[in-house]
Amino acid sequence: MDLKDLYRDVIVDHNRHPRNFREIADADRRADGFNPLCGDKLTMFVKLEGDRISDVAFNGSGCAISVASASLLTESIKGRTIPEAETLFRQMHQLLTQDDAPVDVSSLGKLGALSGVREFPARVKCASLCWHTLDAALHQQEQVSTE
Amino acid sequence: MNAIHAVQHALLPLNVAQIRRDFPILERTVRGRPLAYLDNAASSQRPRAVIDAMSHYYEHSHANVHRGVHTLSQEATDLFEGAREKVRRFINARTTKEIVFVRGTTEAINLVAQSYGRPQFGPGDEILISWLEHHANIVPWQLLCQQTGATLKVAPITQTGEVDFDAFAALLSPRTKLVALTHVSNALGTVVPVQRFIAAARARGVPVLLDGAQAVPHLKVDVQSLDCDFYAFSSHKMCGPTGIGVLYGRESLLAAMPPWQGGGDMILAVSFDKTVYNALPYKFEAGTPAIAEAIGLGVAIDYLEALGMDRVAAAEHDLLLYANERLSKVPGLRFVGTAPDKAAVVSFTIDKIHPHDLGTILDHEGVAIRTGHHCAMPVMEFFGLPATARASFAFYNTPAEIDHLVDALHAAREMLG
Repeated sequence: MDLKDLYRDVIVDHNRHPRNFREIADADRRADGFNPLCGDKLTMFVKLEGDRISDVAFNGSGCAISVASASLLTESIKGRTIPEAETLFRQMHQLLTQDDAPVDVSSLGKLGALSGVREFPARVKCASLCWHTLDAALHQQEQVSTE
Repeated sequence: MNAIHAVQHALLPLNVAQIRRDFPILERTVRGRPLAYLDNAASSQRPRAVIDAMSHYYEHSHANVHRGVHTLSQEATDLFEGAREKVRRFINARTTKEIVFVRGTTEAINLVAQSYGRPQFGPGDEILISWLEHHANIVPWQLLCQQTGATLKVAPITQTGEVDFDAFAALLSPRTKLVALTHVSNALGTVVPVQRFIAAARARGVPVLLDGAQAVPHLKVDVQSLDCDFYAFSSHKMCGPTGIGVLYGRESLLAAMPPWQGGGDMILAVSFDKTVYNALPYKFEAGTPAIAEAIGLGVAIDYLEALGMDRVAAAEHDLLLYANERLSKVPGLRFVGTAPDKAAVVSFTIDKIHPHDLGTILDHEGVAIRTGHHCAMPVMEFFGLPATARASFAFYNTPAEIDHLVDALHAAREMLG
């Protein structure tokens, strides 16, 4: 397993220049996520129009994997409906945790760049933190921890 | 360090190449690279003598201790109690009655909180710790405060990572019932000048517990000259097995404390009307103890004593100076914790690279360091950091391994910086 499978160019880019890295002051939903193992902390903000995610953003601090994953998440779910986002969450969970995940990586777009993370078990929680936090925001829990 | 010791070190440095052959694990590779094990503050490695002693015990002498009249039980008891005597001598306790075997530092501190603190502390009483503490010297006191209504007071630290003595002294009051202080910080490596703190506490009649988990492996500890009341440490950080540690307690205090856990071995006589507790230290050792682990700890002490703790400390200090010099030239590297007196622990951050990423990239180069909050989240909060990278050295590490670390940091900067 090569380190380049983890730190792919897309991930390095999204870590250096995270997209939608801001607060949405009038967010309809928000939740805080925390990974006590490495200290990653992020907040997800969601703006809804009906059940469609009209805007999504995040801020906080974390490792390259958690920041890039959150950045990629915001790009991929903006404009989608809540059920579509939930489906994507399930697919990402499978992609990150199952070797033989029944997920078509090509259908995930840039999110597929995170498929290398499952070879690094200690880092799976970094990549999944933003998704668990989004899930908590959509279900109106205030805080989520990966421990 | 006095002049005579300095001369001895100059004459008799440790033969590190030979020492490394005593540690089988140091020969392994990680991901095709030689292992550079720089996570000794989390847990050290074991010399073959410790591993062999434990195997030999299981192959030849294992039985339960303090119970049977048969040969094996007697042998096991002699080995187990022999280990206790080695511990007593190593830290210069007055008597083996003051040496309680526990699972580790954490259990030792919990024992003091529950057996010493809980029966006698109440609302208005205060326990004084420092901002530098490991969670193991914070949470047991928080639990005790919840149980008794006592209050936890925390002495602040400075930007260099030293406990502010004046602030500490100002927090000592007639309400202070116990001081619990780290001897060496696990997160930063700061050596706390504990004599001064102990003197201030004792002048007010306040007993002092020291968390010695990081100190005992790296410097000579003498509980009588320290004049502390409790001293807690773990075997696995000093080349011994996991699962065993030591609580030293002043005999007069231990004698007055009630048992912490009940069971076999801690009693003299049991009836349903009345149970008579065993003498010290057995009163605090309910159930079958970690016999092989105690024997392994005794052999680890033999090993360290044969090297000489002065020479261990000197070798580690040399590694610290070399690491400071090499790391200070890595662009973007910031040291966290810059006290003048430090154990061989270097905590740092690198601009634009999260410590967790550093840990993964370094592992790919065969370099094992700790990244995270080091079970000292208040220390991280003080410096406004979510985490640091921490390299911690033992006497068996080499300057070449520090070069290996620095090369790996450059690789990380290339990849993510």
